Amino acid sequence: MMNNMKQIKHHLTEPLLMGYAAGTLPEAFNLVVATHITMCDTCRAALAEYEAVGGEVMLDSNPVDVAEDALAATLALIDGGTMAETPAPVRAKNSIFPGPLQDYVSGDIDSLKWRKIGGGVSQLVLDTDGDASVRLLRIPAGTAVPDHGHHGTELTLVLQGAFTDEEDRFGAGDVEVANEELHHTPVAEEGMDCICLAATDAPLRFNGLMPRIAQKFIGI
Amino acid sequence: MLTETNTLTKADAPPPAVTYGESNAQPRRKVRKKQVTPDASAKRMAWVVQVYAVRDNKDRKAFAELFGYFAPRVKSFLMKSGASPDLAEECTQEVMATLWNKAHMFDPTKASVSTWIFTIARNRKIDILRKQRRPEPEDLPWGPEAEPDQAEAMGLQQETEQLGQALATLPEEQRKLIERAYFGELSHSQIAAETGLPLGTIKSRIRLALDRLRHAMK
Repeated sequence: MMNNMKQIKHHLTEPLLMGYAAGTLPEAFNLVVATHITMCDTCRAALAEYEAVGGEVMLDSNPVDVAEDALAATLALIDGGTMAETPAPVRAKNSIFPGPLQDYVSGDIDSLKWRKIGGGVSQLVLDTDGDASVRLLRIPAGTAVPDHGHHGTELTLVLQGAFTDEEDRFGAGDVEVANEELHHTPVAEEGMDCICLAATDAPLRFNGLMPRIAQKFIGI
Repeated sequence: MLTETNTLTKADAPPPAVTYGESNAQPRRKVRKKQVTPDASAKRMAWVVQVYAVRDNKDRKAFAELFGYFAPRVKSFLMKSGASPDLAEECTQEVMATLWNKAHMFDPTKASVSTWIFTIARNRKIDILRKQRRPEPEDLPWGPEAEPDQAEAMGLQQETEQLGQALATLPEEQRKLIERAYFGELSHSQIAAETGLPLGTIKSRIRLALDRLRHAMK
């Protein structure tokens, strides 16, 4: 992973970093951001700055009185020791899935329940809440993903291999931020399957018509 | 009321296409040190010392001082982010308890106390208000823990102070836009609806405000 860092050319955008820092992005986007940052020191540093801005915005806001017994209640909370702490995620041994993804996938590439979506391409929709969705894409080496436009914003982060589209080449760690205007035909490079993490805030096709659980089986 | 809305509801889905599709962010860790009011910097180092006192001595007096300053600001942030006063109160106490529990994780060469507490509050907001899982980056493999370098810590505290001062001196309109983006009280599309400005303009104004902040840091 460390070796990839210098090769990452396509980074997160300002609104994404700011949104992650502020905690206003949908979960699916947070997952892509956290995974990219795990792979990219540049964006990790940039995020730290957006978080610093957030801290100053917080300091600058008009203080609101806390309850009279707030300090005592907080100390009681501390003494009670009931606060659960979640440690930062770690990558499973030999997994291509960075730490943040470990909570969302069970197993490694070949043990996952991929679903074919045509043209040799498979996907696995991950379970997230909110108004965006995220999936893993597996594009066989040398294969093209059928031309597709976007509704809304689509983030595509390469975890393994590389793809090339009309815009550029995207290798491991690169993230492509595409909007409605981009109609592209990503082609996976020869050599190895290209595995991507792709999130979109476009409304799901079956939104409102079918329960979420059914969507999972049908896919996005 | 618009201010009661948070970005978590379906009605407030981020406007597609334009919101996140700006040009790629550039590395920006090129902040140089500049003179900052000595008092203000001293205040920040004092916070660092207080966190250390909590970490090393479970010092309740130091904690009470941090609490007195930060708790009302955390509560304000949470309320502006859409929490009811009761929920904000409860979350604030949890945020401050987390500060106590995680004091050993605080590193003043990587974050100011204000930044660190903000991230704890932000995380709590996602956990409690949004009830979503919160994907976090892996920690960097820093190697054996060393006591943070004092000069480096001081430098970062000063830079953050400078950032705070730059934010405070932004034109009112720009500062408000940044605040709203952080509080998530309004999505870009709602800001657009309220101000009558097109989305592209909102985006470029936020960007302008950020550029200005950066410029002030040079």
